[in-house]
Amino acid sequence: MIVASQIWTQIFWTSLVAGGLLAGVPIMFTALGETISERAGVLNIGLEGMMLLGAYFGFLGAYYGHSVWIGYLAGIAAGMAASVFMVVLCVWLGLDQIVVGIAITLAGEGITSVLYQTHFSSTEPRLGAAATDPIPLLDRIPVLGKPINGQFPLFSQPLIVYLGLAFAGVLAWIFRSTNIGLNLRAAGEKPEALDAAGVSVVSTRSYAALATGALAGLGGAYLSIVGTGGFQTFLTQGQGFMAIVIAMLARGRPVGVVAGSLLFGIALSLSTLLQLVGINFSTEVVHMLPFAAIIVALILFARRAYLPPALALPYVRGAR
Amino acid sequence: MTRDAAVSAEAPLAADLHLPARSRPAGRLLDVLVRSIVPVALALVVGGILLLGLGRNPLTFYGNIWKGGIETGAWQDSAIRMAPFLLIAAGLTVIFRANIWNLGYNGQFLLGAALVSGYGPPLVNKVPLALAIVVLFVLAGAAGALWTVIPALLKARYGTNEIITTLMMSFIGIDLASILIKGPFHDATTPLPQTRVVPLNKMLPSIPGTRIHAGLLVAFAAILVVHYILTRTSWGLRLQIMGANPRAARHFGINLPRLIVVAFLASGALVGLAAAADILGLWGYIRTGWNPAYGDTIIPFVFLARLNALAVVPFIAFFAVLSTGGDLAAQQANLPTDFLLVLVGLILLFMTVIEYMGRRRELGASYLTPGLKQALRAPLLRGRSA
Repeated sequence: MIVASQIWTQIFWTSLVAGGLLAGVPIMFTALGETISERAGVLNIGLEGMMLLGAYFGFLGAYYGHSVWIGYLAGIAAGMAASVFMVVLCVWLGLDQIVVGIAITLAGEGITSVLYQTHFSSTEPRLGAAATDPIPLLDRIPVLGKPINGQFPLFSQPLIVYLGLAFAGVLAWIFRSTNIGLNLRAAGEKPEALDAAGVSVVSTRSYAALATGALAGLGGAYLSIVGTGGFQTFLTQGQGFMAIVIAMLARGRPVGVVAGSLLFGIALSLSTLLQLVGINFSTEVVHMLPFAAIIVALILFARRAYLPPALALPYVRGAR
Repeated sequence: MTRDAAVSAEAPLAADLHLPARSRPAGRLLDVLVRSIVPVALALVVGGILLLGLGRNPLTFYGNIWKGGIETGAWQDSAIRMAPFLLIAAGLTVIFRANIWNLGYNGQFLLGAALVSGYGPPLVNKVPLALAIVVLFVLAGAAGALWTVIPALLKARYGTNEIITTLMMSFIGIDLASILIKGPFHDATTPLPQTRVVPLNKMLPSIPGTRIHAGLLVAFAAILVVHYILTRTSWGLRLQIMGANPRAARHFGINLPRLIVVAFLASGALVGLAAAADILGLWGYIRTGWNPAYGDTIIPFVFLARLNALAVVPFIAFFAVLSTGGDLAAQQANLPTDFLLVLVGLILLFMTVIEYMGRRRELGASYLTPGLKQALRAPLLRGRSA
């Protein structure tokens, strides 16, 4: 009896960690991207579309290239291609960032759905399970390291996850201690000052927006390659918007983004988990939890959510 | 402090769209026509090129849209679709005029739809039909309005970004509608997750001589009322001032938080009415997973109409034909109807670009910004100096 309950808890906790990571990592990549562009003053509402494009082309790359890395690169390229629209229209021309973002989301949904259904609707191909790279020794730790029932916890993840976590740390360091980070923050806080210091606001924001597209594309690619092992129409189901909220609540701090994304991932994977332990919970209630949590968080901490003052405002030199 | 929060970080959206046009009326009309029609035309052209790329004949595709949306009585189907479209467009116009984004229309719509199809079937059998229909419309409107309360209060009190809150509430609303359909509103006679059906003879009556239901008349009435309020009342003026410049509005002594909340409620209520018209006029019931997401595709047309409630009518008529005929065309071309999303996205992109160019011309400048010109010229100049 005692043994049975021990196994139960271990499976439960392993699944909790593994499921949270699986669902949280795509959001983490995307939210890290949004953090970069939000800090630089570009509000990217088109994340959902960029994620979908990354997911489709990432799937395509992994399927035809027979390598997850080709898939990730294809996803990054697709996300960046979509963000070029954002750069040209919003950063260079100063058009409304929200309208363009909505347009990118709609077009991304439409394009991926049309392409997938015209090419793969009859076959619906799947990718094999992604290879994992367990960290030696650490992968023997129960709950955090040992795979159970095909669930892969923290220390038995694909390499890209470790890279992503490391990138979050690097990003925090960039924001805090480098000139690039200072420029990015200035572009969002007070672009006039950045301009006066002799740094181009437009190019700073352009690079930020491109980085956002790349990361959103990578998040989407991870979702289709590792998360679901294949593409479906409207695969992301609002995760791009969740990423925006997480970036906002994390107040531009990458470490906060990682924590928020993993919490969100756990909330998203909770329904399968509860079914695993035999609690039959309405899937709608579980699906609604993360959104409800965000609304509650916003009501409680509304004062503390912070956005850069120049967010979503195009920079026009000399304008008041 | 909190009031400051409510006015900060506003993108000058409504201000951009409401620039005083040129003084000559003829030139102004031409200007408006060009700015409205060119984006649509460009989107159709680029969409045609995409169709070619997919190996489909664009002329056949667009021809089928005409066939399936206009010819042999199909225009009546298009007109039926217009009813919810117009009501949603009216709701979006109100809130966009205030330069506030209500992007939670899907949740508001589905909650209204779930309530109407849940309470509709029992109600129409118990009370006189006219009363039942009025009650159901009010119910759906109230549900839509209720679903905007949290975003509205957060925006009014703390200036919390309403794009995020309305989207989150929308996701919650969609799930809640599902729960209602599977739970209290479930039709016990079928295992399918759907509500009971409003009997055919208890639906909204048709306009005599057509198949079009009376919901379209409700929609037109709503458009007229919204247009009147926005353009002929002080409330409409206050709303527009807030949209154009919240700081100035505060200096005028306008109660911004209250205005924000009322505008949100009106917007949500109109979206709820759209659900009532659609359910009582066309579907009669609702099933889980059904989410037409009308609002997503209506946003561009609200902007193309330059946030003018009357001008939105021809655009919605156009889109109703496009979406009705698009179903047939997509089916014939063996494409998913999601192709229409691409067209709508293209319309939005071209609209912002045309708007931008028109504004620069109006201000007497060239079409491109100095920075962009510089960027385009830089490689050439570099070559020359070397």
